[in-house]
Amino acid sequence: MSKTFTRALHALALAAFVAFALFPLFWLLKVSLTPDDLMYGEGVRLWPSRVTLDHYGAVLRHTQFPLFFRNSLIVSAATGLFATAAASAAGYAFSRFRFRGKAWVVGVMLISQMFPLVIIVAPIFRLLSPLGLTNSLTGLVVVYTAFNTPFAAFLMQSFFEAIPKDLEEAAMMDGATRFQALRRVILPLTLPGLAATGGFVFTAAWSELLFSLMLNSSAAVSTFPAGLLGFVSKFSVDFGQMMAAGVLALLPVGAFFLLIQRYLVQGLTAGAVKG
Amino acid sequence: MATITLSNVSKDYGGGPVLRGIDLEIREGEFVALMGPSGCGKSTLLRLIAGLEEPGGGQIRIDGRLVNDVAPKDRDLAMVFQSYALYPHMTVRENMSFALKQRRLPQAEITRAVEGAAAKLGLTALLERKPKALSGGQRQRVAMGRAIVRNPKAFLFDEPLSNLDARLREQMRYEIRKLHRELGATSVYVTHDQVEAMTMADRIVALNDGAIQQVGSPQDLYDNPANLFVAGFLGSPPMNFLDATLAQDGALVVEGQTLARVPPPAGLASDAAVTLGLRPERLALTTPTNSVPTRVDMVEPTGTGRVVHLALGAQRLKLFTMDTRPLAPGETVGLSVPPGAPLLFDPGSGTRVA
Amino acid sequence: MSRALALRLEPYFYTAPSLLLIAAIMLVPLVTGLSYAFHDLILLDPLSGDFVGLDHFREMLNDDGFWTALRNTVVWTAVSVALQFGFGLILALLLDRPFPGRGLVQALVFLPWAVPGFLSGLTWAWLFNPVIGPLPHWLHGLGLLATPENILSDPHLALWGPIAANVWWGIPFFAITLLAALQSIPKDIYEAAAMDGAGPLLRFRRVTLPLLAPTIAITVMLRTVWVANFAELIVVMTKGGPADATQILSSYIFTLAFQRLDFGYASAVAAVLLLLLLAYAAAVMVLRHVMTERA
Ligand SMILES: Nc1ncnc2c1ncn2[C@@H]1O[C@H](COP(=O)(O)OP(=O)(O)O)[C@@H](O)[C@H]1O
Ligand SMILES: [Mg+2]
Repeated sequence: MSKTFTRALHALALAAFVAFALFPLFWLLKVSLTPDDLMYGEGVRLWPSRVTLDHYGAVLRHTQFPLFFRNSLIVSAATGLFATAAASAAGYAFSRFRFRGKAWVVGVMLISQMFPLVIIVAPIFRLLSPLGLTNSLTGLVVVYTAFNTPFAAFLMQSFFEAIPKDLEEAAMMDGATRFQALRRVILPLTLPGLAATGGFVFTAAWSELLFSLMLNSSAAVSTFPAGLLGFVSKFSVDFGQMMAAGVLALLPVGAFFLLIQRYLVQGLTAGAVKG
Repeated sequence: MATITLSNVSKDYGGGPVLRGIDLEIREGEFVALMGPSGCGKSTLLRLIAGLEEPGGGQIRIDGRLVNDVAPKDRDLAMVFQSYALYPHMTVRENMSFALKQRRLPQAEITRAVEGAAAKLGLTALLERKPKALSGGQRQRVAMGRAIVRNPKAFLFDEPLSNLDARLREQMRYEIRKLHRELGATSVYVTHDQVEAMTMADRIVALNDGAIQQVGSPQDLYDNPANLFVAGFLGSPPMNFLDATLAQDGALVVEGQTLARVPPPAGLASDAAVTLGLRPERLALTTPTNSVPTRVDMVEPTGTGRVVHLALGAQRLKLFTMDTRPLAPGETVGLSVPPGAPLLFDPGSGTRVA
Repeated sequence: MSRALALRLEPYFYTAPSLLLIAAIMLVPLVTGLSYAFHDLILLDPLSGDFVGLDHFREMLNDDGFWTALRNTVVWTAVSVALQFGFGLILALLLDRPFPGRGLVQALVFLPWAVPGFLSGLTWAWLFNPVIGPLPHWLHGLGLLATPENILSDPHLALWGPIAANVWWGIPFFAITLLAALQSIPKDIYEAAAMDGAGPLLRFRRVTLPLLAPTIAITVMLRTVWVANFAELIVVMTKGGPADATQILSSYIFTLAFQRLDFGYASAVAAVLLLLLLAYAAAVMVLRHVMTERA
């Protein structure tokens, strides 16, 4: 096989993957820009003959999506912050200490990733309800932080493994406690890892539907996924507005992801080198 | 400046003892090398002194004060790591200031100390660079600088030169020695390189398999090794070890030939089997007729002289000579062992018997 | 407090926040949830709550819905994971060699992973909708569909809708993990193999695959468990219908609990699913152990 031919094949295959990855999102965008009067007539055309931002205007002005958006932003940002903090501490311990019960701790975290979460919806409702944490954004933050901490901890562990132990030992010889060494030397070096982990958790929290639906019934504390699903079941023919809302739901996570995906590969590479 | 005293220190990571019954006194201002093969426990011993590891048993004292329960940061020791462990996100200046900032010294004082140390090490032009932008030798200097700005009670070095090329290594050996003379600070220097230990240390602590084999000045260890391990570790080419028998009258017999005579040692059975140690450079070539005949196996020129590989019956030995006479493999030459050269070891335990 | 004790406790100090949180929000509720499996527990029914022993598990044996869901779970999981893995591996291999614009291409092909699960479901449901989506028309054009209909309303075909969405959404996960593993293989191993005269296919089989095997085993195992539990796409796209034809166990549990409000029975089904998944994970670990022992 000639080199040019292989290269062309390589490019073609990649182009196919890019097209497959982007096409559904492209379609979402296309429908959201199609005016209502063309919606059915030009339903399967690749691009409508006329585009409009009306659907976005309607979503932003006449629906509760701005509120849902704000709720989601608060919940996801807080979850990203807390889960990353807890996971950094745990991941640091996994990477730097040998301690009694470590295998158990890791085992518990693995198990927590294995069972159908549906089974704990009712018990969690019973747990949070008397504390006033149902129908509350705080409740969601607590639950999401717990759900995301295990994987985030493993991710952070792999970032810490990539930083030589010598560095904090040098800082400790230089008069720092372990915690100061962690704060002043190790964490600044893990910034990409922290960003990747935080972004990952943010995305997961932004996407969560089940618990948001079950724990929060009031619209005032609904997140974007729950709100969108409610909208879809109520106005199931208003495709333009639904898809405009979908595009809006995608914006923050898409942007976040494009920024951090490089570091995610890095973090996973560090882990792979080890295991 | 400090004394460091270890009594009966041991360490076990869970896979058998790594250090056993270490007793050692490091005196004020002394430069001590911890020398031994890789894996013998040198770094562990150094890290115990630093406080980076907890001893399994025994006491560690600095200036007489028991420090087993003192955190590394409160021991006031500086350490230079094999990897240098420079903080990659800080400039050279920030790296060197770190410890002083940690102590909350006034900024002016920090600047003065850092710039003084940088001048001493030739780092002044590099102060605003990050470690990434430095060569290996420059990084090594920064690691040194980070240690000396602090003016600590003692310096701990863990194979600080092993990542440098041969020429730089030699230069840094000299510079570290000079710094030590200027500062006069107690220094503990871990190395697996016998040349470093020999050339730099006031005293060498020879370590093998987690136990101290011998402590003494380099010359003392070289001339009077306590056992086969120390004898074999120091010297290049290394000491020859031959299976020999020691007759009642003091004759050392190797492969049926009497190589040398030693004063008959007391307490050895007649015709006792011994291991005979001979330093290559103490041996001399003569003519076969007036000494023990041996066959030349190979000749390696080293520049200053030649290393001659000799076969004596089934055993091999090396001889270092500056003699320039022609030598060809297969040729028979005479081997002469001057009095005082033979060292005798117990073949079972390896301890020196004479 | 002595330093030795402080040092002994230090790791627990770092892990405690995560552990406490996970225990309180996940483990304790899990135990409570599992205990429901042995109780007659119907929400809003004040007469329920009795201990019923293994009744729910006996009921399951005769429940067609359960068996359909179990069968669907196997198909859904096996097909989704196999396709995600296959395409993910190809994508990772394509991205492993340098080419201009690789960073951008990588970001774009990984993008579906960032799309929230429910939104992927909605998007694909719309794509399958003949009114505004192109897929039925394309499938019709290719002769795969007799008429451009919505496959999501055909009980025989409906499961393929969520599977398509799942594959689209899951390829990046495998591609990212495998790419990371590929990039950690030292390049000189390939060069050595090439010097020994191994062609690209042989190099892949003899060098790449064996080195990737441990990553592959763990990733596929974790992902299988995850996909088996992943009900969101089905709930969003078909609600398990038409006529429960696309229920998998996790979506069935969801339906039982939140539409029929039968938490007792739902928990029993969840307990069975958990057991099956643990057995599967244990089998994979044993198999991996045996394989590495032999190698
Ligand atoms: N953190 C550790 N855990 C377990 N074993 C260790 C650890 N550090 C060192 N060891 C073991 O202790 C022995 C001595 O190691 P070390 O002191 O690093 O040797 P050296 O510095 O002389 O090469 C080695 O056998 C090593 O494997
Ligand atoms: Mg060492």
